[in-house]
Amino acid sequence: MAKKIVVDPIPRIEGHLRIEAKMNDANVIEEAYSTGTMWRGIEVILKGRDPRDAWAFAERICGVCTTVHALASVRCVEDALGIEIPANARIIRNLMAATQQTQDHLVHFYHLHALDWVDVVSALKADPAQASAIAQSISPWPKSSPGYFKDLQKRLVAFVESGQLGIFSNGYWGHPAYKLPPEVNLIAVAHYLEALDFQKEIVKIQTVFGGKNPHPNYLVGGMACAIDPNSDTAINIERLNMIKKIIDDTQTFIDQVYIPDLIAIAGFYKEWLYGGGLGNFMSYGDFPETNLNDFKSLLWPRGIILNKDLSTVIDVDPRDATQIKEEIGHSWYTYSQGSEKGLHPWEGETKPNYTGPKPPFEFLDTDKQYSWLKTPRWKEHPVEVGPLARVLVAYAKGDPMIKETVGAVLAKLQVGPEALFSTLGRTAARGIECKQTAGFMGHFYDQLVANVKAGDYKTFNSERWEPSSWPKECKGFGYTEAPRGSLGHWIRIKDEKIDEYQIVVPSTWNASPRDNRGNSGAYEAALKGTPMVDPSKPLEILRTVHSFDPCLACASHLYDMNGNEITRVTIV
Amino acid sequence: MPDKQTFAEVFQSRGLSRRDFLKFCSLTSVSLGLAPSLLPKVVHAMETKPRTPVIWLHGLECTCCTESFIRSSHPIVGDMVMNMISLDYDETLSAAAGHQLEEVRRKIMKEYKGQYILAVEGNIPTKDDGVYCMIGGDSFLNVVKETAADAAAVIAWGACASFGCVQNAKPNPTGAKPVADVIKDKLIVKVPGCPPIAEVMTGVITHVHTFGKLPELDRMGRPKAFYGTRIHDKCYRRAFYDAGMFVRGFDEESTRKGWCLYKMGCKGPTTYNSCSKIQWNKGTSFPIGSGHPCIGCSEPGFWDNGPFYTRLADVSFLGTDTTADKIGMVAVGAAAAGAAAHAAVTAVKKKQHDQE
Repeated sequence: MAKKIVVDPIPRIEGHLRIEAKMNDANVIEEAYSTGTMWRGIEVILKGRDPRDAWAFAERICGVCTTVHALASVRCVEDALGIEIPANARIIRNLMAATQQTQDHLVHFYHLHALDWVDVVSALKADPAQASAIAQSISPWPKSSPGYFKDLQKRLVAFVESGQLGIFSNGYWGHPAYKLPPEVNLIAVAHYLEALDFQKEIVKIQTVFGGKNPHPNYLVGGMACAIDPNSDTAINIERLNMIKKIIDDTQTFIDQVYIPDLIAIAGFYKEWLYGGGLGNFMSYGDFPETNLNDFKSLLWPRGIILNKDLSTVIDVDPRDATQIKEEIGHSWYTYSQGSEKGLHPWEGETKPNYTGPKPPFEFLDTDKQYSWLKTPRWKEHPVEVGPLARVLVAYAKGDPMIKETVGAVLAKLQVGPEALFSTLGRTAARGIECKQTAGFMGHFYDQLVANVKAGDYKTFNSERWEPSSWPKECKGFGYTEAPRGSLGHWIRIKDEKIDEYQIVVPSTWNASPRDNRGNSGAYEAALKGTPMVDPSKPLEILRTVHSFDPCLACASHLYDMNGNEITRVTIV
Repeated sequence: MPDKQTFAEVFQSRGLSRRDFLKFCSLTSVSLGLAPSLLPKVVHAMETKPRTPVIWLHGLECTCCTESFIRSSHPIVGDMVMNMISLDYDETLSAAAGHQLEEVRRKIMKEYKGQYILAVEGNIPTKDDGVYCMIGGDSFLNVVKETAADAAAVIAWGACASFGCVQNAKPNPTGAKPVADVIKDKLIVKVPGCPPIAEVMTGVITHVHTFGKLPELDRMGRPKAFYGTRIHDKCYRRAFYDAGMFVRGFDEESTRKGWCLYKMGCKGPTTYNSCSKIQWNKGTSFPIGSGHPCIGCSEPGFWDNGPFYTRLADVSFLGTDTTADKIGMVAVGAAAAGAAAHAAVTAVKKKQHDQE
């Protein structure tokens, strides 16, 4: 007889996510259902406002992947208004986006995902000298003496003995699916704490340019931070030196801590190659070296891979009304023309219509509507977005740097490329991407310095700042590759105000419910076929879901496009 | 009931010296802005106070408050969660999942009845039985009410929980409310900002531990230590404001020289926060310091007080603060009903503070 389990809340994500899963007698997951359990209505709120303000509202869609919605927002407004931003603004935005991706991936690996593989309590049994020997054998990272690990272990023992386990309370410690030896667990716990301390340094790059983090400031037309090497209140050599130091330290941390840990941990889970899922991948691409419509200049390339076929990369065009559509057959919304047909974001609409059980409830009716997320599809195909998609698209397109890094990681793990199509592959791709992106940070820094040296201080294009210079009606599309995957913002501007605003975010692609043809979303597909050692402690579900790095505040920001009563906004 | 360790015991049991402990107390005092003479009091507090359990709930939000919290430079958050508080329930950081996580929340509520702190990040959607945010099969509305019932105090993190923030902006489709609109019978410490500054967040918690009581709050429930003055009052560009030297466009000579951003829409003159003093990310910068006008993210209803790039006073400036205050009869933005004058806003806000 089939058994059903519910994991709600899913911790160590952004937002609110629920998983219901059906298992067979052998405790193998046969069907999984992914539910976004919140809705915030930010696009409803955006309607009628000044398009130059949109980035600030949109940025608040997510504070974990802060900046990404602000970036996509200024890009879509600039696209609509025909604004070319100065080279320095492009470089600064690229550097800020790379900063975000790097910090976000580091936090994800250590603080949101590691505890799915690392048993904190097991670290108490470790031999500190042995842990030190292992650490020194895999990395030149200096914090690796026997005394260092001994001291940490002492602190851990006291922490556990205090009886107040805090964030580690009631974890699945001792679960048989944990495979690391105590010494590797101890190293991982040490680096959990070190990474927690270090991540706050990386984001200072955003603070230099955007004034704060989380939620740094952006500006339609460029960036507000002025450059002047002879001013004490603009980007000068002290600010640049600070950025350079942070980039160097970040690259060192990734090379000497993150990547060695990833390889060491993955080495013990090589047999656990579940969670592959859809086999369809999409990337819009990002980090333009010229402008966003010059796709050849994107450092992360764009394209689609279907059915794990790395020999063909298909073009994707988010502006094409026939390609991307959002369906609502299993979502708590209605469409005015009926819920059977998907709608392109330009034509999209959202009328919230909760048909689930009144809370509190035990189960959702997964045959009907069961999520606040819509179901985006590319030409009716469900696709996965995120680091694995980006790495595979770059790999399939023959990007030499990615081929080299992927090759090196696979060789160290002694596995073939097919191992990438798994939960672990997703986790490894994030590390590979993090290393690549940290390299880009140095590249962007060099570009900025070269421009300043050449006397180019321009960061803002004022030609279209005044609304009187805008066309009466226009529309635009802005995109970025957020840490969690492809993000698109679609805007329509009319009479100097936002007429319509629509966002399709990475976690909506990945966490979406069934589509109108009954096909699973990426989380749902990835969970199918996973054996559970102990269904009352669903560690395996957390592992696979976390490998996507869920961000549900992003995914469930949804809104209304087409003027029903909840879209009324009064703006003077 | 688990053993409760004091800070001194925690330090001792972790193999740290008395000297380390005193150094920690000293740093904490500095971060709280205390006079050196108060150090012995801090030491005494740290020696005798047990770690307080904290239940940190997430509603309709973006998690920027948590992200800010983990950016704290003093104390660092590793120390905070390992040594200072017992962060027993937090969806963003907790190891446990599903019913095991809910079990932790219920256990803390029972075993530490009346002793735990409830920290709320995000809005509470109240429309349609609260179906716009559900956790563990129940509405966030119910979860907050249930958890607040036996809390010693409530901390409302950020603009969302304090005043409303982005979900609560017009037309507020989910009926999103700040904590104080739902929980009426508890003392609520409001720590506004989108997000609040990291050291302000950890400072509020450390204040409670160190002094054994909540920080003094202003009329609106904000700690005076961090929200006592306007950003404008301590802004390094204030001299340009007083001299009537204003930036009139981004990326101009005046921008590069750091003139006042008031005419670019800066809300510093009406915003109470520590941005111009503590600054962000260990004093790296703050919005005005990086050339962008303040959007007033710690003030109630700031989303509806835009557009952001509209100056507070749409008139010619004659150069001095006095003059600006006298003649600034202009709207703070759409939602500032009745066109509050810069002078009036200043006077009213100062008066509110003075009365406390």
